[in-house]
Amino acid sequence: MDWAELLEIAETEKHRQRGIRVHCCTSTGCRAANSLDVMRNMQNAVEDANLGDRVEVVGVGCMGFCGRGPLVQVDPEELLYEEVTPETASSIIDALHGGEATPIQGDVHHPFFSRQMKIVRQHSGKLDPERIEDYIAAGGYQGLYKALYDLTPADVVDEITRSGLRGRGGGGYPTGLKWATVGKMPGDQKYVICNGDEGDPGAFMDRSVLESDPHLILEGMAIAGYAIGANHGYIYVRAEYPLAIQRLQKAIQQAKKYGLLGSQIFDSAFDFKIDIRIGAGAFVCGEETALIHSIEGARGNPRPRPPYPAESGLWHCPTLINNVETLANISAIIKGGADWYAGIGTETSKGTKIFALTGKIRNNGLIEVPMGITLREIVEEMGGGVPDGMVKAVQTGGPSGGCIPATLLDTPVDYDSLMKVGSMMGSGGMVVMDHETSMVEVARFYMEFCRGETCGKCVPCRTGTVQLYSLLNKLVNRQATQADLDTMEALCYMVKETSLCGLGMTAPNPVLSTLRYFKEEYDALLQTPAYLNGHSVQSDAIASSVSP
Amino acid sequence: MSVKTLTIDGTAIAIEEGATILQAAKEAGVPIPTLCHLEGVSDVGACRLCLVEVKGINKLLPACVTEVAEGMNIQTNTEKLQTYRRMTVELLFAEGNHVCSVCVANNNCELQDVAVQVGMDHSRFTYRFPDRGVDISHKQFGIDHNRCILCTRCVRVCDEVEGAHVWDVAQRGAACYIVSGLNQPWGEVDACTSCGKCVDACPTGAIFRKGDTTAEKVGDRAKLEFLVTAREQQQWTR
Repeated sequence: MDWAELLEIAETEKHRQRGIRVHCCTSTGCRAANSLDVMRNMQNAVEDANLGDRVEVVGVGCMGFCGRGPLVQVDPEELLYEEVTPETASSIIDALHGGEATPIQGDVHHPFFSRQMKIVRQHSGKLDPERIEDYIAAGGYQGLYKALYDLTPADVVDEITRSGLRGRGGGGYPTGLKWATVGKMPGDQKYVICNGDEGDPGAFMDRSVLESDPHLILEGMAIAGYAIGANHGYIYVRAEYPLAIQRLQKAIQQAKKYGLLGSQIFDSAFDFKIDIRIGAGAFVCGEETALIHSIEGARGNPRPRPPYPAESGLWHCPTLINNVETLANISAIIKGGADWYAGIGTETSKGTKIFALTGKIRNNGLIEVPMGITLREIVEEMGGGVPDGMVKAVQTGGPSGGCIPATLLDTPVDYDSLMKVGSMMGSGGMVVMDHETSMVEVARFYMEFCRGETCGKCVPCRTGTVQLYSLLNKLVNRQATQADLDTMEALCYMVKETSLCGLGMTAPNPVLSTLRYFKEEYDALLQTPAYLNGHSVQSDAIASSVSP
Repeated sequence: MSVKTLTIDGTAIAIEEGATILQAAKEAGVPIPTLCHLEGVSDVGACRLCLVEVKGINKLLPACVTEVAEGMNIQTNTEKLQTYRRMTVELLFAEGNHVCSVCVANNNCELQDVAVQVGMDHSRFTYRFPDRGVDISHKQFGIDHNRCILCTRCVRVCDEVEGAHVWDVAQRGAACYIVSGLNQPWGEVDACTSCGKCVDACPTGAIFRKGDTTAEKVGDRAKLEFLVTAREQQQWTR
């Protein structure tokens, strides 16, 4: 494969695609709502109407508006159909030759779509994730070519550093700095790991990217491998994402066939192979050192850092470990340039972020927005607000994050602002809560999650989460006293400061943030000591001293 | 090899590069409580008792796995550390069934010692009273999981010193337990060489030698009678 061949594949594919393309979402969300039958019925309708030469029904990745699936979009006209059923599906094809489409027509100019800025998800919902030609036609693998032939590894690292990209897994560590560290470590054998062990309740950004655009990740990993001097990469995906695994496997096969992975990529001296490792269902394996242990075949327990994986990671070799969404940004940065990317977002947080907008909100789904957009814009404009009622709080960052009250909805979405209000960016779950939600129960839900997911290695996380959960339970059952509340708060700080890994260090965050903003809800649940019921302490004491 | 100089609780000390804070503290004569640390096997930093404060670093560092650095200013016994250590020990006592009075390790127990060291006399947390089972299938030894604090010293000593790897950790979180072989009764694990290293490595009474337990003590009522009647019957031996 060389540059001319790559362009030729792209041209041939574009030529083939010039007719009407009916995009039908085949990602997990829409699939669960029967989108495969929708697609089959549309394909049959095309055949029946003899439109095969100018209409193509394409199974594509996620379009984002998951709450209204199955989604079908007719391009280039940009006609969006929502909640299409297998029965109404064929009418979409009929509409292409004089008929009328019966499914609900969506508004592609609604703020939900128009306020988005798609970099990572630019191809999602537009191309067939199971065909590498579709990806190449959309400019795919050109970033890798550019990196290999126009840039030195140090240049690539420099581009990423100047772009201001920060880790999208939640921590927000500068990606360029991480790459430079691994790149400068001595050693012949290095590894690139893609962390696809997304496990926050309510978050499904990485799944969507892997299902909708698997080649974007492969390209990002290959560029990373070139930049740091690694020839081997692993994608760690959780077993609960079977479709993502299947599509990645197919993508790796296709890329190998075209010489875009394997040895001598683009006829250069660069070799890079990618293997998939499947997680067995432990949330803690999203923590980098636990993930590395899991790939090595050991129990997925975190270990103390330092040494960081950049110094001693997979099989004690220097290892670069990045989240799916981080790697999905790489190709665009190399193609578009660091300056373009650094022009998007805020002073300290560059680029875009995908959020899974869920909870008590009209428009559920995935959105990719530029950093610095306010929570209010996301929740009220894009999300359409709460169906009946008021926004009470927005939870970001999953079990590691916190609840941001409605009064702080004007907080811009970037790493530092969210941290300042006691939450965090996290991997991108955003759960909207209305006035009927009990914040104590929300805190209890997340603590129950952490209690079940702690690996059990370090004492504060293993036993602290159990005790915190039982204290929260006591509160919800109105059996707790002020002393319990004080104990709980003290224990929160202890678990936060003494735990071994990020899971324990952040597990008390949902409790601490709700304590900070919704203290009155905790107080309202406190049990009033019986002797205070209608009496003052003094009169009670007198009464008891008088009566025998 | 170069030498690093640092301060621990105000005492200046010089120690070889690559040593841990715990080693340095030991050399300086500063006691730091530990439970999962065992001289001679690898460290895991799991019990969090040895956390110390290092000036300029905003998180607490485990002394057992943190290497010394030039000019480090370490505090090992601040008020915050004392509070957290006490809470850690309280959590451990509430987690298992640690009833000293009927334990084989009473007076010879590191958990008990640490409780005394950090000044823990009661736990403010709810006792979990777990029912984790006891395995006495081994002919010489037994394991009472209710007294286990999951320090994994047995796992490491068996793997790293004896090379048998009989032990490992099964499940996760509160359901964690030390598992023998392929989740078999200990007595059926062929890999076990009955060396007893795990018994000696166990900081509590979880792994014990048979015959040591309170319940196994045989009351010798006949001896009492012998003592009482020895003078009358002029029988001095029996």
